Amino acid sequence: MPEIRVTPLGAGQDVGRSCILVSIAGKNVMLDCGMHMGFSDDRRFPDFSYITRSGRLTDFLDCVIISHFHLDHCGALPYFSEMVGYDGPIYMTQPTQAICPILLEDYRKIAVDKKGEANFFTSQMIKDCMKKVVAVHLHQTVQVDDELEIKAYYAGHVLGAAMFQIKVGSESVVYTGDYNMTPDRHLGAAWIDKCRPNLLITESTYATTIRDSKRCRERDFLKKVHETVERGGKVLIPVFALGRAQELCILLETFWERMDLKAPIYFSTGLTEKANHYYKLFIPWTNQKIRKTFVQRNMFEFKHIKAFDRAFADSPGPMVVFATPGMLHAGQSLQIFRKWAGNEKNMGTVGHKILSGQRKLEMEGRQVLEVKMQVEYMSFSAHADAKGIMQLVGQAEPENVLLVHGEAKKMEFLKQKIEQEFRVSCYMPANGETVTLPTSPSIPVGISLGLLKREMAQGLLPDAKKPRLLHGTLIMKDSNFRLVSSEQALKELGLAEHQLRFTCRVHLHDTRKEQETAVRVYSHLKSVLKDHCVQHLPDGSVTVESILIQAAAHSEDPGTKVLLVSWTYQDEELGSYLTSLLKKGLPQAS
Amino acid sequence: MKLYCLSGHPTLPCNVLKFKSTTIMLDCGLDMTSTLNFLPLPLVQSPRLSNLPGWSLKDGNAFLDKELKECSGHVFVDSVPEFCLPETELIDLSTVDVILISNYHCMMALPYITEHTGFTGTVYATEPSVQIGRLLMEELVNFIERVPKAQSASLWKNKDIQRLLPSPLKDAVEVSTWRRCYTMQEVNSALSKIQLVGYSQKIELFGAVQVTPLSSGYALGSSNWIIQSHYEKVSYVSGSSLLTTHPQPMDQASLKNSDVLILTGLTQIPTANPDSMVGEFCSNLSQTVRNGGNVLVPCYPSGVIYDLLECLYQYIDSAGLSSIPFYFISPVANSSLEFSQIFAEWLCHNKQTKVYLPEPPFPHAELIQTNKLKHYPSIHGDFSNDFRQPCVVFTGHPSLRFGDVVHFMELWGKSSLNTVIFTEPDFSYLEALAPYQPLAMKCIYCPIDTRLNFIQVSKLLKEVQPLHVVCPEQYTQPPPAQSHRIDLMIDCQPPAMSYRRAEVLALPFKRRYEKIEIMPELADSLVPMEIKPGVSLATVSAVLHTKDNKHILQPPPRPAQPTGGKKRKRASDDIPDCKVLKPLLSGSIPVEQFVQTLEKHGFSDIKVEDTAKGHIVLLQEAETLIQIEEDSTHIICDNDEMLRVRLRDLVLKFLQKF
Repeated sequence: MPEIRVTPLGAGQDVGRSCILVSIAGKNVMLDCGMHMGFSDDRRFPDFSYITRSGRLTDFLDCVIISHFHLDHCGALPYFSEMVGYDGPIYMTQPTQAICPILLEDYRKIAVDKKGEANFFTSQMIKDCMKKVVAVHLHQTVQVDDELEIKAYYAGHVLGAAMFQIKVGSESVVYTGDYNMTPDRHLGAAWIDKCRPNLLITESTYATTIRDSKRCRERDFLKKVHETVERGGKVLIPVFALGRAQELCILLETFWERMDLKAPIYFSTGLTEKANHYYKLFIPWTNQKIRKTFVQRNMFEFKHIKAFDRAFADSPGPMVVFATPGMLHAGQSLQIFRKWAGNEKNMGTVGHKILSGQRKLEMEGRQVLEVKMQVEYMSFSAHADAKGIMQLVGQAEPENVLLVHGEAKKMEFLKQKIEQEFRVSCYMPANGETVTLPTSPSIPVGISLGLLKREMAQGLLPDAKKPRLLHGTLIMKDSNFRLVSSEQALKELGLAEHQLRFTCRVHLHDTRKEQETAVRVYSHLKSVLKDHCVQHLPDGSVTVESILIQAAAHSEDPGTKVLLVSWTYQDEELGSYLTSLLKKGLPQAS
Repeated sequence: MKLYCLSGHPTLPCNVLKFKSTTIMLDCGLDMTSTLNFLPLPLVQSPRLSNLPGWSLKDGNAFLDKELKECSGHVFVDSVPEFCLPETELIDLSTVDVILISNYHCMMALPYITEHTGFTGTVYATEPSVQIGRLLMEELVNFIERVPKAQSASLWKNKDIQRLLPSPLKDAVEVSTWRRCYTMQEVNSALSKIQLVGYSQKIELFGAVQVTPLSSGYALGSSNWIIQSHYEKVSYVSGSSLLTTHPQPMDQASLKNSDVLILTGLTQIPTANPDSMVGEFCSNLSQTVRNGGNVLVPCYPSGVIYDLLECLYQYIDSAGLSSIPFYFISPVANSSLEFSQIFAEWLCHNKQTKVYLPEPPFPHAELIQTNKLKHYPSIHGDFSNDFRQPCVVFTGHPSLRFGDVVHFMELWGKSSLNTVIFTEPDFSYLEALAPYQPLAMKCIYCPIDTRLNFIQVSKLLKEVQPLHVVCPEQYTQPPPAQSHRIDLMIDCQPPAMSYRRAEVLALPFKRRYEKIEIMPELADSLVPMEIKPGVSLATVSAVLHTKDNKHILQPPPRPAQPTGGKKRKRASDDIPDCKVLKPLLSGSIPVEQFVQTLEKHGFSDIKVEDTAKGHIVLLQEAETLIQIEEDSTHIICDNDEMLRVRLRDLVLKFLQKF
C-alpha cells in the first residue's frame, strides 16, 4: 500500500527549528532546516542522525526545500550540508537565496565572535552551502528528477517567502512554511490554487488567535510613538533587520510625511541599509501597490529615515531608532537600551524579561539596570491567524491537514476546528513522531482514442441512467500501459478471433405457415423489445440486433414449427433472454 | 489539428491553433511597416513637410492632392498613420480561448483583438512581457495622440484608386483593414485580461491541454511555448536567441520530442552579425561625436537599448567620450530603465548574481547616477534647458514616422556632421528615410537582431528533432534580394510546411491515445496474464466517467440485490442491455482434449466426425452438435438452457478472453 510519511525533526508542537521530513511515493524531501532560538546546545539544530543511521544523507534525501530566510527555517543549513554532509539540491526562491547567507553570516558572527562558540560553521561553509542552492521562481514547476516535481506559491510573511507543493504522479503534499493571508504595507497575501493535495502541512503560530484588525494595531503603535516624541522622549524599536523592519519603516515614513513631523528616525546601520537595497531590487515580490508605483517612488527609498551613528544615541531631543537585534539580547539594540532605559520619558518595545514586568535587570559585570522607560510589546509578525489558516485550507482543499510550528495546546483547538469544518483528518505530531497516511493513487494509462470516442458517443445517448460498462483490453508492456478495444488488442498481438456461436432450436405449436410464424414472432418481439432494433428481413428471417431467428417446419409434426435462434457469445445475454422468451410461446393473434 | 495563419509578417506572427477542444492564439503581432507609407508626424510645425507638393495622376488629375504628398519622388499619405492588423475574418475570434504571448514585441495588436472581436478568454504572458509591452503601447499611443492630426485620408484606399497609385502604395495589402492606433483605455482593458505566468509553469487549459512558457533568450521575459496533451506535443518557437545578451538563456532541452514545431521570429537580417554591428555602432558614434556632430539612434524604449547602453558604459571612457551627454527621450524612458532593474529573475546568470550583492543588474544605473545618461519624457520641458551639442540621442520611433525622432531628423538632417545610426531591424532604413530626402546627414545601418539565424536554426532542429516543422513561407526560400543564398533558408527533413497570411494548415498529426485514470479499486481487481515475455494483458470492464475533459475508469457497480416481492416487476426490467459487451475470444479448441473434458463432465455417447475444416462433435443423446474449426465454434442444441450453459463454459475454458 503506498503511503505518505511525515516526521517533524523540529517545529513539531513547537515554534522554532523548523525541519520536517516527508516521504512520498518513495521520494524523501526535507522541508526547512532551521535553528531554535531558545537553545544554545545540541538542541538548537534538528537531530539529523534520525534521517538515516547508515549511509550518506545525499543518498537518502532527494532534495531540501527552504521556505524563507528566517533563521528558524534555514539557520541549520550550513551545519547540515557542510558539517553533517549533504550534496544534493537545496531549493529556495531567489530573494531567499540572496538574503539567507547574510543572516547566516550574522548568526555565525554572534555565535562565534561574541559568544565564542567553537565547532560552529564557518563563513566558507556558508558559501559552499549556498553553491548547492537552486533558485525557483513562483509557479515554476521544477523537475527534481523524472518523477519528483516541486512548485512554489507566494506566501507573504517576508520577502521571498514561499509555500511549496511537492508532487509525485498524482500524489502531493503542500508545505506552507510561514505565511500571511492578509496583505500588508509591503507584501501581498499568500495564495494557492485548488490543488487538492493529499496532505497540507501548515504552520499554526496563531492557531487560536483571531487578531484584531491590523489598522488598530498600527494606529496604536503610531499613537504611542507620536506621544513619546511629542514629549521629547526617545523611542527604541528593536527589530530584526529584514522583514517587519521594512513594514514599520514604511508605516512611520508615511506617518511622518502626513503629520509633517521633524523628529529624526534612524535605522541602525550595516545590515539594514543593505536590506533595503534587496527590497528595491526584488520589487516583483512586494504587494500590488508598491509594484505599481515604484517607478514614481520606490517605497524603500526612505526620505525621513537615516542611517544611525552610535554618537546619535547621546544627542538630546526626541528621536526614533530602529535597532537590531529584535530580541534585545545583544548588539546595538541592547547598547541603546542601556543608555535610554533610565529615563521614563523614553519608550521601547519588546525584550523578554522586561516584558514580564521585571524592572531591575542584572547586566554583565553585576551592574543593575533600572528600567524606568515605558515598555510596550507590539506584535506585527506576519503569520496567518486562525481565520487565515482556515481560509488557506479552504483554498487548497487537502485530504488531510498536519499542523506544525505552533504550541500543542493551541494546535489541539485548531485541529478540532479543521476536522469539524472540513471533515478531513488533522494531525499534530511531536518532534520525532511519524504520521503515516495511506494513499491510493490511480493509475494513468493511455486509452486508444477510437475506444474512448466510441464510448463517449454512446454516453451521450439519452437512455443511460444505468451506468454503462466500457470494455477493453489493457496491454502492459514494460511501463507502458495502454487500454485498447479488444479487436485492436487481438490485432496488435497477431491473434485471430475465435467466434463462438450458439443456435438453439425452440419448438412452437403453430399450424400456420413458417412465414406467418415469422411475422408473429416479429410483431411479438417488436412489442416487447421497444428499445432494441427488431427487423423483419425480406428472406423471412427476423433479427434482434445481431441475433438471427428463422422459422422452419418440423420434420415430423406439421402442427409444430421450429425457431432457430442464433447468436454469438458477444450477444450472450440477449440471446439467452430471447430463447426463454420465445419458449413461453407467442400471444394469440387477436 | 489546424493552424490558422492571421499574419504574413514572419517576426510579428499571429496564428491560431486548434488543438483537441481548445482554440489557442499564438502571439498577436502588429505589422507597423504600414506606417512607412505615411508622412511623419512632426512634434513642432515643419514648414518643409507642410509645403510638400500634392500628388497628381499622370494625366494631371489632382483630386488626391489633399491626401497624397510627394517627396523626392516618393508618395506618402498625409494622414494619421495606420497599422496592418492580423486577419480578423479567417476565424471567429470570439471563439479563441486563450492567447499566448511570446514577447513584448509580439503583443502590440492585443487591444484590437481583445477589445473588438468579442474575445472573452484569457491572455497568458510573463510579467516582464506585460510591463514592457505596456510601455511600448503607452509610448505608441502617446506619440500619436500628442500630435492630433485633423486629416484622415481614405479616398486613396478605394481599390480602383489604389490601382492607379505608384509603388509601394499600389502594392500595399489589405489597406481597407488598416486601423488607427488604439487608445490608452483600450490598452488598459486589454492588459487587464492578462494572467501572469512564470517560465516552466504548467498551465492547464480545460483539463485538455497543458501550456508551458520556456525561456527563449531573446528579451526580458520572452518565451517559447509548449502546448501539449499526454500524447501530443506542439512547440511554438517565436523570437529566440542563443547569444549572450541580458535575458535568461534559451531553454532548448524542453523543446525535444515535439510532434510539430512552429518556428517564427528568426533574425530579419541573417547576414549581419550582431557583435560586429555593435562594434560598428560604437565606432561610428565616437567618430561623429569627435568631429563635433550629433548622433541620433532611433530605437524602441526597451530591449537592445539596454545592451547598447551597457556597451557604451564600457566604451565611453576609453573612447574619450565622458564629456558627451547621452540623452534617452521617451515618454516611458524612466519606467523602462527602472523596470529593467527589478526583473532579476528573468536575467542572465551574470546579472542575476549582481542582485545578490545587492547591486542593480544593469550598469545604466551608474550612467544615470554619474549624469552621463539623462532621460526625458519628451523634447519639451526640462530637456530644452539641458540640451547640449554635440550629443547622442536615443529616441523613438524606429519607423521615423512619429515620436521625438521626427524632430531630430528635421533638426539635424541638413548637416553632414551628424549621423543617424539604425540599430532596430524592423523597418527598412531606406524607406524610413524617404520622406526626409534629400538628406545631408550621414546614415549608418547597423541592424542588431539577436534572434536565431539559419545556421543556429538548423543546429537547433538537429538537437530537438521535431517530427514536423511549420514556418512562414519566407523561411522556405532565400531572401528575394539574395536568391542565390540557399543557405538563408530552413533546411530540414521532412521539408518544413510553410504558411502565408490567411491560410489554414492542417497539421500532420494523428491523435491516437488519450490519458485515462484507472481508479485503485479497479486496478486491484484486474487479472493480468502474460501473453508473451514482457507483455501482459488484462481485460477491463469498467464505468467511464468524464468530467472537465478528464477521464476516469471506475469499477462496475455490483449487481443490484433483487428487491423483495413487493414491487411489481415490469417485463422490460428483464431485458438485458445489449450494449454490455462480452469480451472477444481467441485461441483454438483441441478436439481430443475437449472430448475428454466432456466425458469427465458426464457426457457420454460422444461421436467425432472430421470435416474439411475441422471436426463435428455429436452428443447424440442430447441431440446436440458442436462444430469446431480453427477460429470458430458453433453449438447447435435444443432449447435447453442448462445444457447450453454447461457446454458454453466448457468451451470457454479453452479460449482466452479479450
